[in-house]
Amino acid sequence: MTVHFKQNEPDNSNRLDGMKQGVLGKPLPRIEGLAKVTGTAPYAAEYPIDDCAEGVLVTATITRGEVTSIDRTSVLSMPGVIAVVDDEKLCTRAAQGTANEAPMQGPGQVCYWGQPIALVVAESFEQARDAAKHLSVEYREDEGAPVDPDAVEPEEQEDETVHQGDLAHAMAEAAHSVDVTYTTKGHASAAMEPHAAIAEWDGDKLTVHASLQMLNYNISELADALDIEEENIRLISRFVGGGFGSKLGISEEVVAAALAAKQVGRPVRVVQSRQQVFQTVMRRSETTQRLRLAADSDGTLTGFGHEALVSNLPGETFAEPVLQSSHFMYGGENRELMLNVARIHRMTAGSVRAPGEAVGMPALEGAMDVLAEKAGIDPVELRLRNIPEKNPEEGLPFSSHKLAECLKQGAEAFGWDRASRKPRQRREGEWWIGTGMAGAARVHNISEAKARVTLKADGTALVETDMTDIGTGTYTILAQIAGEMLGLDTEQVLVELGDTRHPRGPGSGGSWGAASIGSAVYIACKAIREELAAKIGASEEELDLREGKTASGEALTDLLEGKDLAREGHYEPGDIEDDYTASGFGAFFAEVRVNHYTGETRVDRMLGAFGFGRVLNAKTARSQCIGGITWSIGVALTEALEFDPRDGHLVNCDLAEYHVPVHRDVPDLEIVLVEERDGAASPIQAKGIGELGMCGGAAAIANAIYNACGARLYDYPMTPDRVLAAMPD
Amino acid sequence: MRPFEYSRSPSLSEASLLTASKDTLAIAGGTNLLDLMKLQVETPGQLADINRLGFAEIEDTGDGGLRLGSLATNTETAVHPRVRADYPVLSRAILAGATQQLRNKATNGGNLCQRTRCLYFTNIDQPCNKREPGSGCGAINGIAKLHAILGTSDQCIATYPGDMAVALSALGATVQISGSKGERSVPVRDFHCLPGDTPWIENVLEPGEIITGIVLPAPVCGRQIYRKVRERSSYAFALVSVAAVLKLTDGKFSRADLSFGGLAHKPWHDPRVGEALLGQPPSDTLFDKAADILLEDARGFGENDFKIPLTRRTLHAVLAQTTEDAA
Amino acid sequence: MTEMISVNGTAHPLPEDPRVSLLDFLRHDLGLTGTKKGCDHGQCGACTIIVNGIRINSCLTLAAMHDGDSVTTIEGLGTPDEPSALQRAFLEYDGFQCGYCTPGQICSATALLEELAVNWPSDASECLEGRIAITREEIRERMSGNLCRCGAYANIVAAIEEVATGGKS
Repeated sequence: MTVHFKQNEPDNSNRLDGMKQGVLGKPLPRIEGLAKVTGTAPYAAEYPIDDCAEGVLVTATITRGEVTSIDRTSVLSMPGVIAVVDDEKLCTRAAQGTANEAPMQGPGQVCYWGQPIALVVAESFEQARDAAKHLSVEYREDEGAPVDPDAVEPEEQEDETVHQGDLAHAMAEAAHSVDVTYTTKGHASAAMEPHAAIAEWDGDKLTVHASLQMLNYNISELADALDIEEENIRLISRFVGGGFGSKLGISEEVVAAALAAKQVGRPVRVVQSRQQVFQTVMRRSETTQRLRLAADSDGTLTGFGHEALVSNLPGETFAEPVLQSSHFMYGGENRELMLNVARIHRMTAGSVRAPGEAVGMPALEGAMDVLAEKAGIDPVELRLRNIPEKNPEEGLPFSSHKLAECLKQGAEAFGWDRASRKPRQRREGEWWIGTGMAGAARVHNISEAKARVTLKADGTALVETDMTDIGTGTYTILAQIAGEMLGLDTEQVLVELGDTRHPRGPGSGGSWGAASIGSAVYIACKAIREELAAKIGASEEELDLREGKTASGEALTDLLEGKDLAREGHYEPGDIEDDYTASGFGAFFAEVRVNHYTGETRVDRMLGAFGFGRVLNAKTARSQCIGGITWSIGVALTEALEFDPRDGHLVNCDLAEYHVPVHRDVPDLEIVLVEERDGAASPIQAKGIGELGMCGGAAAIANAIYNACGARLYDYPMTPDRVLAAMPD
Repeated sequence: MRPFEYSRSPSLSEASLLTASKDTLAIAGGTNLLDLMKLQVETPGQLADINRLGFAEIEDTGDGGLRLGSLATNTETAVHPRVRADYPVLSRAILAGATQQLRNKATNGGNLCQRTRCLYFTNIDQPCNKREPGSGCGAINGIAKLHAILGTSDQCIATYPGDMAVALSALGATVQISGSKGERSVPVRDFHCLPGDTPWIENVLEPGEIITGIVLPAPVCGRQIYRKVRERSSYAFALVSVAAVLKLTDGKFSRADLSFGGLAHKPWHDPRVGEALLGQPPSDTLFDKAADILLEDARGFGENDFKIPLTRRTLHAVLAQTTEDAA
Repeated sequence: MTEMISVNGTAHPLPEDPRVSLLDFLRHDLGLTGTKKGCDHGQCGACTIIVNGIRINSCLTLAAMHDGDSVTTIEGLGTPDEPSALQRAFLEYDGFQCGYCTPGQICSATALLEELAVNWPSDASECLEGRIAITREEIRERMSGNLCRCGAYANIVAAIEEVATGGKS
């Protein structure tokens, strides 16, 4: 039985706070944790499947043009080689998040260097990898494909454009104004598990073990790509070795494995090499961002401008939503916002952790620091003065707003020193030392979601949904929600995820997972509680469940009378999405060291304070925050995709030269979880925290670099060469 | 990887015989070779595993020096009590490179022979004169942030990526080589080649020659410094590195052996730099003069122009440490 | 005579194709998939295992080169029923998220404790000689060959510090 709830109004009942089990919000270890730490949790490529052949993708070595011929005989005689797959249905790009349809197909047309054009299948991985390098391919290349975003006429994303009042006038009249241009380089998700799939057909039924974030969309994408019915597909992603946006949509190996398995009549595994993952999946676009801030003498913003240039391939709808939180982060009645997209032939641009704010906030929050200095106002105070009462563009109320609390609690916990804003004041040996801060915002997303909860006759519970846990803690928080509602310890709750045989969840992406699927589980549990309450002649509200018993001591097992009790919860966001501006907010504080001689920057400590609705598990929520801050260190200091200026290929396509932070780059991190209940965010008053932790953190580091050594940089990442170039003598 | 025949060489002479063939490569730690074989940058038809030939000892030489077996691992070398005590610049250089896992496998001989990390070299679908003579240099006018500023040619601007050899160069170490024609010794400073018109020739090893050891001269007292500038705080190749063996006597440099990493196709040692320092008291002017000499012929390729001021400043920082000692 | 390798105490014959990396041998031939392939080029550390007591990247060595060697993988360190002290600490400190780098982190940390015990210096060591103090900076440097993209580093270091210091930090 399905219970459907469409949320048109905020739910401020905070029912979960009235439950008696006391497991929700607790810092419990992950329920799947032992499997992970002992190496017994299986990831996509690791399922033992009999007679499985190995496939390796072949990628294009031209930027734009067509494949004129593929000489299969060049590899078919090699030892172990079984087949070459160059089917028209092969995908040449990964699907964008929530695409729900096949990505670009047809390997004959090449749109970027490194694009998949074929698959070689062999008995062993080494045979397939060798043969893939030997496949003879001929091309007709279209010369002159543009690969530089600054060298083409961009397209305006008109739905992002805001012209409100007269910003030019506000800038001219302002007591203090800032007009600066920031740049950010492209980023890679670089999830540790490479994209992988094992496809197996049984007649017209297809089973694919894959590494995917959003099975509910992925199944439609795969069905569309293969031109078969969804009913004939089963996707399994029980453990996903990181996603960060790169596994939102199906990518090339999933379709290639399915087509190959059909062609050779046996299961086929395709794992992308690390270099291929870098080159074929998704990049975060580089950005150029002009920020204009106009303020009166007390620092109150009168004008706000944010214009950004991003890039993508022709035919892609995704444009890095740089301005997403700029629309409401700060006030200023005169506003100009504009997003432009350059169509170039670099690999596909798409979602990488916190698309938009991950790069938009570091620019905005850097510019705010420049303004604070110009206006002679403490940067924390400047932000406090500019928190708008309501959305400054749409006039919508905020669902809840914790920026001020985050700024204040963060500053307190960090020991923010208002007196030390003058740069170049502290030096220890070769190192300049300084502090900086930044605000954080990440829009709240929420999605339709379904989950089935079964209260078993033995008094345990089972939660089932095709929702995934990509490391965020979904397994655990769903056990906590169900446990809290049903009066059970988490050990009594079995959570089964990542299988399209289960009800459709929202998928993991856009930080919407916990609030969306958590609400579906909540709704299902509430329906079960109603049934239980009826059995003892009480109302659901009166039902107190704890340790498998009612308040009066009746055991659930007795109430159930030997029968399972199952309900499917179906959550659907309604008017709440349109009636409120909902966002997580936060603040970052950083202390850094900058070497006077070499320009090397080291983060000595960092703190983040975040308000993101109800905390479902204080341990995993904190972990999401430290993960986000770690990413912001990468954005600030090390991460940069480098594209060849001639053919547009991604040059640093490995983990040696694309510098994700290593252990030693990351200092002690302190997290302040700011309590919040946001009833307009979801029925469980929760928002997401998977991304907020990196939305602006890079600016805290950039601002600290300035405070430390006086180098004001406008280009991320702030590598030693750039720091030195900006370092005063 | 291309298919290859694998054999374990039972003796040096057999290994020498096998590797005299162009199609056969010696494998020791394998951390660089296998990496390149997977990318098909290296495609040997045969691998001669030399791990069981011995040459793993680290032992005193008769004259107070130290002989490092070529098959001793980087870790064994870095943690060896005498290396730590007498050649700290070598310990430091090794520990500043790669990771513990890689250093545990990589050997001293292999480290000397490691190939450039130029991303046009490691991508077989891009031009590279080193990998495919005559195909052009992708890095020139391409992405060349890590590339060389000294000793480049219009054929190749790749850098030698290692750290250990930079310290060995500063220490004046010698490479012991064995081949079918017998044994010979080559100073580390002469072991690697500049690219010139033959960028595929990276060192003086002839076919069939195998490194058997590295000899460190008797230690001198003084200050030994290895300074590596990199984009991550660990596990990144050098933008520039400096290995320095310095000594002040009566307030003046009495020893100044300096070698540089990240600047050229080989560990860069310009004897004029040390000569300019000898007999002089440390001062900013003197450090600038040393940098002027070092960088006299430096040439950037756009993206790596920053290496010129960075090298100057890093050299300054290293030399300034001697002033602190004096103070 | 067949060449053998010992993995977690069990002897296995080496593969016929010399191209097979030790990593693929463990994962594919032996089904020991706890050891992860993250990059296949020694750049991520997910494949870290312990061979004859020393941690290495199993992706950058050929299985054929390990005749007579003794290998310990994550499966050999502990099981869900009997996890090792480090495995328990990782669980308690939430020293992982997606879990993919985790076996490599734990194998690395297991060897790290031995390296500290014999006072091997690191790039972070103030002094090359004598006793090495167990600081977070030391742990961070020594663990820098194990990437964690989820960004669990701060928790991983806390877990290792707990075990390294016996909770006395």
